[in-house]
Amino acid sequence: MKKKKLATVWLDGCSGCHMSFLDIDERILAVVEKADLVYSPLVDVKVFPKHVDIALVEGAVGNVEDLERIRMVREHTDILVSLGDCAVTANVPGMRNLFKKQAVLDRAYRDNVARAAGIPDEVIPPILDRVRPVHEVVKVDVFVPGCPPSADTIFTVLSELLDGKMPDMENLTRFGA
Amino acid sequence: MLASGQIKTLKIDGRDVSAHENQTILEVARENGIKIPTLCFLEGLSVRGSCRLCLVAIKGSPRLEPACTTRCREGMEVETDNPELHQFRKRILELIFAERNHVCSVCVSNGHCELQALGAEFGLTHVEVAYQFPNMPLDLSHDRFVVDHNRCILCARCIRVCDEIEGAHTWDMMGRGKDARIISDMNEPWGESESCTSCGKCVQVCPTGALFEKGKSVAEMAKQRQFLPYLTIMRGGKR
Repeated sequence: MKKKKLATVWLDGCSGCHMSFLDIDERILAVVEKADLVYSPLVDVKVFPKHVDIALVEGAVGNVEDLERIRMVREHTDILVSLGDCAVTANVPGMRNLFKKQAVLDRAYRDNVARAAGIPDEVIPPILDRVRPVHEVVKVDVFVPGCPPSADTIFTVLSELLDGKMPDMENLTRFGA
Repeated sequence: MLASGQIKTLKIDGRDVSAHENQTILEVARENGIKIPTLCFLEGLSVRGSCRLCLVAIKGSPRLEPACTTRCREGMEVETDNPELHQFRKRILELIFAERNHVCSVCVSNGHCELQALGAEFGLTHVEVAYQFPNMPLDLSHDRFVVDHNRCILCARCIRVCDEIEGAHTWDMMGRGKDARIISDMNEPWGESESCTSCGKCVQVCPTGALFEKGKSVAEMAKQRQFLPYLTIMRGGKR
């Protein structure tokens, strides 16, 4: 059987979902038997491939770069998985949505800064007015809530997808799990 | 069980059941082991019918009725679950999740929350309506307890237990729709309330992390409800 192309993407999140993915431990061998990890913060590939079978997306859409990236990922991916509460609900990154963007920037870069206070206008991508869950921006095929989803959950979902099946999410995980 | 008044016979999910006068559909369903999901309902408190999760279909009725407030009638035919009801209930949960800032991952009640548990039970993997992200306050003025309006679902269990069981009526509801808010006394800080006895019953009956004990961190706020049936019995069922 031809190996599937697997990607993982890190948007506005804490990397905890990626850590949980790594927590599948030796079961990673079963994954790489069926898939090549073609793009991920865990590997040294800089350019997203033209075609990816499955992409696990961690994190909400919080800045301009996230927005461009998720649109590009969607375009080149068959099955896009919203992995974890940040991707699914906006979660903790979304808590800044209670305030206006300018107030958030002032709090981070002016109010609590003793030296060289000022909002950066280079290197750091501009933040969006509002942090959004991934499915508010692009179509999502599979939702895996959890903060983070457990390694068992991630492995179960991934195994099903790699076998060409859609995972049954019932009783597998929940918001905040 | 008191055989007071007339006995009604009706059908719930095709099963013949009997009800005493004044019994609700929910009471009779539960007596017969038929599960209807609820959220604002709590055994021992008056019924409110505000969450709409227990909506059931009644043959011949043009609209769905809440099982917790609807009394049994002779010959009634009730359906408690079908794909449409399931979809409605799921959507109600989505609307509740979207209305305020629940953020389960950092909630004191994570893992002990009735809303979260219902979400899991209904296989709610994501919310399709847009999150509102309202800027809701916390009131930390009380010595022992906190009210976090971000996590309040307006079930009014706190209002009912305070009025009906404790007899203090510290809590009430102010405003309408998305602006509705539980308030203590005349919308004063909880810590300055003259009517509050600090009994903590409101905290224990709250289904989410909206009311919690100070000092509890993420996932530490498990609610203790054993007192409620006991107090209700001691009061001879009177509220």
